[in-house]
Amino acid sequence: MTVHNLYIFDRNGSCLYYNEWNRKKQAGISKDEEFKLMYGMLFSIRSFVSKMSPLDMYPSQARPVSACLPVCLSACLCLSACLCLPPCQSVVLSSLSVLRKEGFMSFQTSKYRLHYYETPSGLRFVMNTDLSVPNARETLQHIYSSLYVEYIVKNPVCVLGQSLDSELFSSRLDSFIRGLPFYSPRAA
Amino acid sequence: MVIFSVYVVNKAGGLIYQYDNYVPRAEAEKTFSYPLDLVLKNHDEKVVVSFGQRDGIRVGHAVLSINGVDVQGKNTADGKDTLEYLKDPANYPVSIRFGRARLSSNEKLMLASMFHSLFAIGSQLSPDVGSSGIEMLETDVFKLHCFQTLTGQCELFDQNLKGALEIAEKAGNFGAGS
Repeated sequence: MTVHNLYIFDRNGSCLYYNEWNRKKQAGISKDEEFKLMYGMLFSIRSFVSKMSPLDMYPSQARPVSACLPVCLSACLCLSACLCLPPCQSVVLSSLSVLRKEGFMSFQTSKYRLHYYETPSGLRFVMNTDLSVPNARETLQHIYSSLYVEYIVKNPVCVLGQSLDSELFSSRLDSFIRGLPFYSPRAA
Repeated sequence: MVIFSVYVVNKAGGLIYQYDNYVPRAEAEKTFSYPLDLVLKNHDEKVVVSFGQRDGIRVGHAVLSINGVDVQGKNTADGKDTLEYLKDPANYPVSIRFGRARLSSNEKLMLASMFHSLFAIGSQLSPDVGSSGIEMLETDVFKLHCFQTLTGQCELFDQNLKGALEIAEKAGNFGAGS
């Protein structure tokens, strides 16, 4: 159970912040190139998802019956939520009560899972964890609301859009990540 | 569990097989009077809504048919340009059906190759050694699973994750057709 690294991108694609905790393999390219590649990959994934999505990415007021039938799966999710972690359950409940466009949320490979969260202002939070973390969306939301907004946006010295070099933000973020229930200091 | 579609991609990234099992289409047909309160534009050989939203018609929806007759790309069935047709007040009131545009074969080929590259980049950017490409991609309305065989061919299929507010039961566990 571990967090590998975290990227924060702004709406133009520049990487505002990057930190790693348990990264075992570097990408083999320079950091700048890696940021560009990561941003480009996410941009492409988002446009891929919006083209391929069989349903609209946000629910409409009067959804035709044919389009809403796969809710049987959300019923299954509710049942399996007793067995899975609570975040799954809250995700299902939030989908039924909050009509919000989310789009692409995460992907996983055989070794890691990438979690993605985009704020309405275009700020993108990307976290790589290992496979045991099912949904880090709330974590990323918390990073945005309690750390980014508090220590960067409300900081008159920090210029938005430039690299985040606030030490307070870095140290708070670091201690938050290390304090996460799914973070263990010993690399698995 | 509902399987929407299956794509089989070869090692080079080209789509070799595609099957649509279930394609939910959110469509809305409405009768409009002049002037049209939605802003339309040409996009990729289709006429799509670029601004404006009402009654289930959203940004990104394409014009599917006018007065019950399916449109052919940018033109109406008679060959007239759709946007010009809709600018003429003499043609109103007109009944237009909007909906999510179906993917053309060309677009499916492009999406499959796009996924192939994303799969490879996912493996390259891995923070851990020995990672495969993307195995599962999750959005709020569907899940995409990818299986890579030993020979290197990659099979993707979409599967629905969450639905809407009305509960509709439908048992369906269709095997992938291949």
